[in-house]
Amino acid sequence: MIKGMLVGLAGLAMTMSATFSAAAEDVVKVGLILPMTGPFASTGRQVSAGAKAYMAAKGDMVAGKKIELVIRDDGGVADQTRRLAQELVVNDGAKVLAGFGLTPLAMAVAPVSTQAKIPTVVMAAGTAAITKASPFITRTSGTLPQYSVPVGTWASQNGIKKVVTLVSDYGPGIDAEKWFTKEFKSKGGEVVEAVRVPLQNPDFAPFLQRVRDAKPDAVFVFLPSGVGSLFMKQFADRGLSDAGIKLIATGDVTDDDILNSMGKPAIGTITGHFYATSHESPENKAYVEAFRKDNAGMRPNFMSVGGYDGMALIYNALEKSKGDATGPAFMAAVKGLSWTSPRGPVSIDPDTRDIVQNIYIREVKDVGGELQNVEFQTFANLKDPEKAEAK
Amino acid sequence: MLTILFDGVAYGMLLFILACGLTVTLGLMNFINLAHGAFAMAGGYVTVVMMNRYGISFYWCLPAAFVVTAIVGLVLERTLYQWLYRADHLDQVLFSIGLVFMAVAGADYFMGGQQQLINLPPELSGRMDVGGVGIGRYRLFTIVVCAILALVLQLILSKTRFGCRLRAAVDDRRVAMGLGINVPLVFALTFAFGSGLAGLGGAMGAEILGLDPNFPLKFMIYFLIVVSVGGTSTVSGPFLAAMLLGIADVAGKYYVPAIGPFVIYALMIIMLILRPDGLFSRGSGR
Amino acid sequence: MTMVQQEALVSRQSSDAAAEGRAVRLMKRRSRIRIYEIVIWLAAVAAYFLLPSKMLILTEIAILALFAVSLDLVLGFAGIVSLGHAAFFGVGAYAAGLLALHYTAEPVIGLFVAALVAGLLGFLTSFLILRGSDLTRLMTTLGIGLMMAEVANQMAWLTGGADGLSGFSLNPILGLFEFDLYGKTGYLYCLAVLFVGMMIMRRIAFSPFGLSLKAIKSNPMRAGMISVPARKRVVVVYTIAAMFAGIAGALLAQTTSFVSPDVLAFHRSADVLMVLTIGGTGYLYGGVFGAVLFTLVKDALSVVTPQYWMFWIGLILVVLVLIGRERLNRWAAYLPERLSGKEREQ
Repeated sequence: MIKGMLVGLAGLAMTMSATFSAAAEDVVKVGLILPMTGPFASTGRQVSAGAKAYMAAKGDMVAGKKIELVIRDDGGVADQTRRLAQELVVNDGAKVLAGFGLTPLAMAVAPVSTQAKIPTVVMAAGTAAITKASPFITRTSGTLPQYSVPVGTWASQNGIKKVVTLVSDYGPGIDAEKWFTKEFKSKGGEVVEAVRVPLQNPDFAPFLQRVRDAKPDAVFVFLPSGVGSLFMKQFADRGLSDAGIKLIATGDVTDDDILNSMGKPAIGTITGHFYATSHESPENKAYVEAFRKDNAGMRPNFMSVGGYDGMALIYNALEKSKGDATGPAFMAAVKGLSWTSPRGPVSIDPDTRDIVQNIYIREVKDVGGELQNVEFQTFANLKDPEKAEAK
Repeated sequence: MLTILFDGVAYGMLLFILACGLTVTLGLMNFINLAHGAFAMAGGYVTVVMMNRYGISFYWCLPAAFVVTAIVGLVLERTLYQWLYRADHLDQVLFSIGLVFMAVAGADYFMGGQQQLINLPPELSGRMDVGGVGIGRYRLFTIVVCAILALVLQLILSKTRFGCRLRAAVDDRRVAMGLGINVPLVFALTFAFGSGLAGLGGAMGAEILGLDPNFPLKFMIYFLIVVSVGGTSTVSGPFLAAMLLGIADVAGKYYVPAIGPFVIYALMIIMLILRPDGLFSRGSGR
Repeated sequence: MTMVQQEALVSRQSSDAAAEGRAVRLMKRRSRIRIYEIVIWLAAVAAYFLLPSKMLILTEIAILALFAVSLDLVLGFAGIVSLGHAAFFGVGAYAAGLLALHYTAEPVIGLFVAALVAGLLGFLTSFLILRGSDLTRLMTTLGIGLMMAEVANQMAWLTGGADGLSGFSLNPILGLFEFDLYGKTGYLYCLAVLFVGMMIMRRIAFSPFGLSLKAIKSNPMRAGMISVPARKRVVVVYTIAAMFAGIAGALLAQTTSFVSPDVLAFHRSADVLMVLTIGGTGYLYGGVFGAVLFTLVKDALSVVTPQYWMFWIGLILVVLVLIGRERLNRWAAYLPERLSGKEREQ
């Protein structure tokens, strides 16, 4: 028994001593909390790689401060995220929190950000409401309404009249469904059926059959990236494209990370999103090259660019606030920031602290033996429509 | 309507192949092996690596997946599992969950966390129309392969000498040993065979169910449902259970999507209340 | 009446009395507070002063400990292997969260409501686990857990669906102690609840009732023969365990002021089972030891290797089972008169 206690105490002491080591004045610690294990591990991998890529490119000094990245795994479990955030702030002296792979994870941290006045940079989670949860939250990924609406606009302009929506049955999916439907209907289109697929869903057959039976011109899809690729195969297998049903989707479905392994069935899919690996700009070219070199040839996807721009935002804000990382000063600096990201020009909306960016409509094409999302139309400088409407 | 039935049957068949290895370990050897999905995942990854890295034909990958996982199963049985046949169920549950965790992290380390996809040969992709019923070629292929396997399995168990020995060993280990049956060998071979089947199931399921490091956790529940509903003492029980679940799941999602996800769990609980020992229990044999 | 008969009667009476006296002494000895218990509670309070930067993880340990101990009632005493205990934990968390959001933000009332709701669910589902083998129970509990998770996801209007339940904050406890960012109040609060909960469960477990549960666990049929109403007892203990699991869930919701759907997730049920077996079943404090060890190991590993800590946890589990839990827990048998140790000797 006493032995057990001693072991326990020794363990506590060990973990403690590790946390007391740093926190000098001229270091700004950035606590990066991501799901590195579990079903959303690929999000964590991409975002952290993106953040590291920025630091590798720009060095770790800004405005006289040394930036230090502390990565923690929350496994995609919200109470872990909350505890890690609190510990990073209280024990490790983190000045900025960042990461957050999923909406509930970001939501769980919001009270901490507010209470401790810690700037919090959401790098991946995509539900519109997150930035409303705390005045210290800003975002560098994008919101689902933001890139669902342009897909609706595009569809209504390109001869698509009848649509079935198919989304994952949780927050972001419902967001996507709602905003696509709204935009598409206001432009005179008709949504004949709304199919929601449970998150834990191994087989798409019954849902696809429903889509097929409704005989629409196109099906609008939002699914989290890994599941999306599976969907794509079954979509082709069921002969939906042969039956004249077009596939339009948010960019999550044709995630660049795995797009290439989807093979032929993916070709011709129209998606709307804020970033494609194939985006043509010198910034992106340099980014993709550096990223692939450091990550064994892995393709950077939209999540990685969220991580990259998250660090860009932190650097730029610190530059502007002259190294002041305290909540109010930092957030004041964040508002209205703008810079050129690998995805194109981006800025932070001073009112909502959410990102303003271009949304591209892309088609999946075979480019030199590799499948790519090829951009062909741009909707410039879009704000998140949900918060824009609320005003 | 018929298309839905067809899809349901295909899905059920796939569940059966994935789960029937578990029937063998759980039912015949009375070992709660939650790590069964890990073997299926191994089979899936064997296929992915062979096809995508070395360009080997899909048809060769299937037997390879079977053989490789069977060998892995044999090695694990000899080194680890055999010590736990007599342990209580809680130990078995913990041990196999531990194995699952290791498999999940290991797969993530070696293969990465993303979905793995395979490209089927052209003659298996797409679908055909037979009398107004849309039939996916790959699903048809699945049904045929699984049906043959189910038949073979049943024959092996009931007609061959090996099946006879296995049943004897299960019924009464000591008497079986007394009769000169090499029980450990029989068990090891059976375990290897069950793992091999899981590997084959994983290889075939990669196309429909997807494959990522969380596969064992995600589908563990489905396997367990099939086995516990079907009962563990026959092959036909889990087979019917798998069919029932497959069809109910697919039809439930098609006709009443709002409660689709509940169907499979609700069905399981009802079945378990009505028949706590499975659809076709052998009575209180053990 | 002959002398012989009379003598026999007297001796029987006296042997009855002696047996009763022995039984009373045995029960008393069992329920005595042991030294190691005092040490644990002192250590837990001392941790508050010695480890001010570790409040949050200590809070997590306290919550997990309460959750694990409640499972011990079901597993260690009644012998039901459950893979769905998180259903009660999650329901309790949601009950507490919803109460704070819509009605009152007083934490203590939240605990009672959570216990009530979780207890009700426990009572209703307890009838499903009365029949069948280990596997059947495992599957039924698992199925209930999964269904609850799906219900929480589907009823997004009530629970916030996959985005979780947020936007509530708790009043100071009893109007006196406010929750702070360092988690100090939170820890003391959870510790106090854990203490009270442990004392109640201890009373239940070391009473004749608890003993009869052990009888049911080791042989239900024989227990029935000595007129122990097995089904009734199982229903009661399952309900009680559900209540305490609900309280643990409520504590989590209150200290984090957030409820995410993964309070109901399968991995939580699996984790708590692991925690309990690491600590040892059947003597309540196993849940506490397990929670301390599991959380510390997991935390240390996830700092060292954020991506692959799961592998090492898995390896630890496998090794643990192969060495044998019995052998590993044997150190505890040297404790004075530990319950299970004594029983094995008899």
